[in-house]
Amino acid sequence: MQLVCPAGNLPALQAAVDAGANAVYAGFRDQTNARAFPGLNFSDDELRAGVRYAHARGTEVYLALNTYPDSARLAAWHAAVDKAAELGCDAIIAAEMAVLDYAARTHPGLRRHLSVQGSATTAPALRYAHERFGISRAVLPRVLSIQQVERLCEKSPVAIEVFAFGSLCIMVEGRCQLSSYVTGASPNRHGVCSPASFVRWDERDDGSRSVRLNNVLIDEFQPEEPAGYPTVCKGRFEVGNEVFHALEEPTSLNTMELLPRLKQAGVAAVKIEGRQRGQAYVRSVTRTWRKAIDRLAVDEAGWQPLREWQDELSRHAEGHQTTLGPYHRSWH
Amino acid sequence: MKLSLGPLQYFWPREKTLAFYREAAHWPVDIVYLGETVCSKRRELRTADWIALAEEIAGSGKEVVLSTLALIEAESELGVLDRLVAHGRFRVEANDLSAVQLCRERGRSFVAGPSLNVYNHRALAMLAEDGLHRWVPGVEQGRVLIGELKDAFVAGGGTMPELEVTAWGRLTLSYSARCFTARALDVPKDACGFRCIDYPDGMPLATREGRPFLRINGISVQGEEITDLGPELPELRELGVDILRLYPQETGMADVVDHFDLARRSLTPPPRLGFRNGYWHGEQGMPIAAG
Repeated sequence: MQLVCPAGNLPALQAAVDAGANAVYAGFRDQTNARAFPGLNFSDDELRAGVRYAHARGTEVYLALNTYPDSARLAAWHAAVDKAAELGCDAIIAAEMAVLDYAARTHPGLRRHLSVQGSATTAPALRYAHERFGISRAVLPRVLSIQQVERLCEKSPVAIEVFAFGSLCIMVEGRCQLSSYVTGASPNRHGVCSPASFVRWDERDDGSRSVRLNNVLIDEFQPEEPAGYPTVCKGRFEVGNEVFHALEEPTSLNTMELLPRLKQAGVAAVKIEGRQRGQAYVRSVTRTWRKAIDRLAVDEAGWQPLREWQDELSRHAEGHQTTLGPYHRSWH
Repeated sequence: MKLSLGPLQYFWPREKTLAFYREAAHWPVDIVYLGETVCSKRRELRTADWIALAEEIAGSGKEVVLSTLALIEAESELGVLDRLVAHGRFRVEANDLSAVQLCRERGRSFVAGPSLNVYNHRALAMLAEDGLHRWVPGVEQGRVLIGELKDAFVAGGGTMPELEVTAWGRLTLSYSARCFTARALDVPKDACGFRCIDYPDGMPLATREGRPFLRINGISVQGEEITDLGPELPELRELGVDILRLYPQETGMADVVDHFDLARRSLTPPPRLGFRNGYWHGEQGMPIAAG
C-alpha cells in the first residue's frame, strides 16, 4: 500500500520524501490545480528540482492538474500536461475530460490518475474513465462508507486511492459551488475555496469576533473561543431557531483505525491532504503514517493504531479533532 | 424556444406529486423531467411509479425524460439507474458519470444534466460521441462561458446539441454523503423517518444575523433565492438557447409556467419575478453581497 503525501512547495516535498512518502503530489503556480493559493506551489525550476530529489530517493511525483478549464483557457491546461511530461512527473492527477483525453493522446506514457475532483463513486463511472482516458488509478470522493469502498475495490477496473488524513471536504469533490456562490471564486474553475481576499474578521471590544465571507456572516466567536478558517461548510448558521454547525464542524478526517480494512480491500494507496500546510505538518503526518503502514506490513494480525500515532495526528487536525467521516455510517 | 419542467428536487407526498404532474400535463411546457435526483430513500413514488407517470404524461403529447440521481453510492441505486436506462422508451437525464457510462454501454442517447461537469467544448464533444443529445450547463456557467464553449464547439466542426438553461428555480450548489435535513433534525440518516417530506421547498438556513442564505434539501444544499432569467431572455435567444428549464416549487407553478410561456412568445422581456442569477453575468451566484 502506497503513501501519497502533499507538497505545497519544495521544502514540503523534501520533508515528505525524507519522512517516507512513496509518492508526493504537487501543483504548478497557477489555476490548473485545486490549491491555487498565494505563495504555494511550484515554478518549473522548483518542480524539476523536486522531481530530481524525489526520484533519487525512489519516490514518485504526481502532478495535480485537477481543475476544470473552460474553452478559452483549455490551452493553458494542455501546456501544463506537456510540462508535467517534460519535467519527468510519474503521473498527472486530473479530473476534467478534455485534460485527461489530451494527456492520453499526447503523452500516453505519462500515467493518468482520476482526481477526487472527478466525482467518480461507482464502478460504471470508473469504467468510463478507464475506457475513455486509460486511467490507471482513481482517487475516491470522500462520500463512501468503508463497506462501499470495499465493494467498489472488488469491481473497479483500476487501482483505488483513498483519503486517509487531513481537512475534510464534506461535499462531493468537484461538485461544490458554495464558495463560488458566495465569492465567485470557484474550486472547479479557479482552484480555490473561500479565498482569503474575501474573508473579513471583526473583533469587538470584549474580544469576541465575527467572520464574514464576501459580507456573508459565516460565524461568531466568543473571546478565547477557537476559530477556524471560514469556509461556508464549516460555519454556524440558524436552522429552525437553532444555531449550530449545520453542515459540518471544523474537524479533520483520520482513517488510521481503518488501515487494515483498507489494505484488505485492496486499496492501492492512501492519500494525505494538505498542500496548503507547512513542512512540519507534512513531515510529522507522513512519518506517522509511514510507521503505521510499515507496522501493518510485518504484523497484520497484531496491528493496532498506537496512541502515540493518533496523538501526533490530532495535533495537526483542524480544531484538534478528527473523525472517520463518511467511512463510518453514523457520520452520514 | 421550448419550456421544460425540471425534475422535482424536493420530497412531496405521493398524492401531491401525482396531482402536481396531472396538472402539469395541461401546462404549456414541452418537456417534463421525472424522477428522483437527490435521495434514493425518497420512495413515495418508486421507479415503476415514475415510469407509469412518464407513460401518462407522454400520452398528453409532451416529451418525457427520466432524471437520475446526482450522487450514486449504493449498489441498489445503480440497479435503479440501470432500470431507467434499460427501459428504453424515454431518454435519460444523466446526472453523473455512472449514468453516462450505462447509456454508452447500452447505446442510448441522453441529456447531460447540470451536475455533470461540462466546462469546455472538448468535453461536450466527447459526450456527444457517447450519445449526448442535449446539454444542461452546470450552475456556475453563465452567458460568456457558454458562448465561448459554443463558438469553440462550432469552430471545431461540431453541430451544437440542444441547449437547455435553468431559467427558474433554486440553484443546487453541493451534494454530500451526509443528509443535512437529518442532521438539522438530529436524527440518523439511516433512520431519518423521511422527514424532508415536511419541507416541500427545502429547509431554510439563515446566517446568525438572520439573513436567509441557503436551503437544506436532503444531501444537497441550495441557494436561498429562486433565480429568474426572464429579463435575460434576449441574451438567451442570442446565445441560441433552445429550452428554458423551470424547476417545480410547491405553490404558484402554473403561474410561473404561464409567465415564461408568455415571455417566450413576446419580443419584450418580462419583469423579474424571482432573483437575479449572478452566475449568468459572470459574478458570484448569490444575487447581492449584502451584510
